Amino acid sequence: MKISNLKSQVSNYKKLWIGIGILILLTPLGLIIPEIFRAGGAWGEWGTDEIKHIVGYVPEGLKRLSEIWSAPFHDYAFSGWDKGIRSYIAYIISGLIGVAIVIVATYLFAKVIKRGER
Amino acid sequence: MHIPDGYLGPITYGGLWAAVAPVWYTAAKRVKTTLKAAQVPLLALSSAFSFVIMMFNVPIPGGTTGHATGATLVAILLGPWSAVIAISITIVVQAFIFGDGGITAIGANCFNMAFADVIMGYGIYKLIRGSSPTTSKRTVISGAIGAYAGITIGAFLTGVELGIQPYLYKGPDGRPLYSPFPLSIAVPAMVIEYAVVFGIIEAVITALVLIYLQRSNPELIRG
Repeated sequence: MKISNLKSQVSNYKKLWIGIGILILLTPLGLIIPEIFRAGGAWGEWGTDEIKHIVGYVPEGLKRLSEIWSAPFHDYAFSGWDKGIRSYIAYIISGLIGVAIVIVATYLFAKVIKRGER
Repeated sequence: MHIPDGYLGPITYGGLWAAVAPVWYTAAKRVKTTLKAAQVPLLALSSAFSFVIMMFNVPIPGGTTGHATGATLVAILLGPWSAVIAISITIVVQAFIFGDGGITAIGANCFNMAFADVIMGYGIYKLIRGSSPTTSKRTVISGAIGAYAGITIGAFLTGVELGIQPYLYKGPDGRPLYSPFPLSIAVPAMVIEYAVVFGIIEAVITALVLIYLQRSNPELIRG
């Protein structure tokens, strides 16, 4: 890929990338608005504590499988940064981290499937 | 719509990994031949868009939250097979890094959101749009209807997958081992909230982005 092509691509989509940036900055609305309307999590995505609260017990298999992976930034939050303004900042940073990883992963995917081609 | 680890038993999540594997294979093969180097930034942009849009939780007052996926929109911009890849990448990153959706459930979540939502949404868009021009109102409306239908179908499948668990897996005491809600609860819960609230949000976002692109980058909207 020529440098000049790359430049024109970036400028072609510059506005759209700025749009993604603005959306990242606005992501805390995805926490704040549900808080205002007193809405909980998504249906069927409850943690084991909530399941226990809803059905009175934690199904055995569910409990076992739910522990198989511990995500570094669970729920787009950092430990101790899960409430109020800190949770909003953590959410924005999570958005940045997620977008960065997704972009790198997409380029890696493209590289792998296009390998051997010129 | 992100099924966590523990809600699906091994046969179900294994079966959905097996179901989505040929979809990924086909998508990778198709993308290999059709994706031009110049479109890679657009693919990355689409994965990024899908990731971010899913962070906007929308509340049902006093109830649950849900979110758009952007699946149909991405399919309209990149073609359905590239959309399968873009949304799948997003789901894998969400699972491993943010615990949003389970690791065992990646197959299921990709089947629902990266396959069914994408293919149904795009198919319905194509069907309604017919050969109407890129900048027409009909293109926008087709996209909105496709997006609504696609995400609602994805929600329906999620409800079915969750709802069959109590029938498939019971402990010695007769209690469910995995997701405890029967079909009669899980399917209506998923379908109604998407059909009434989140599907509309998905349709509106799709329409707004299409209207914007009709003016700024009409070449991005595929035939």
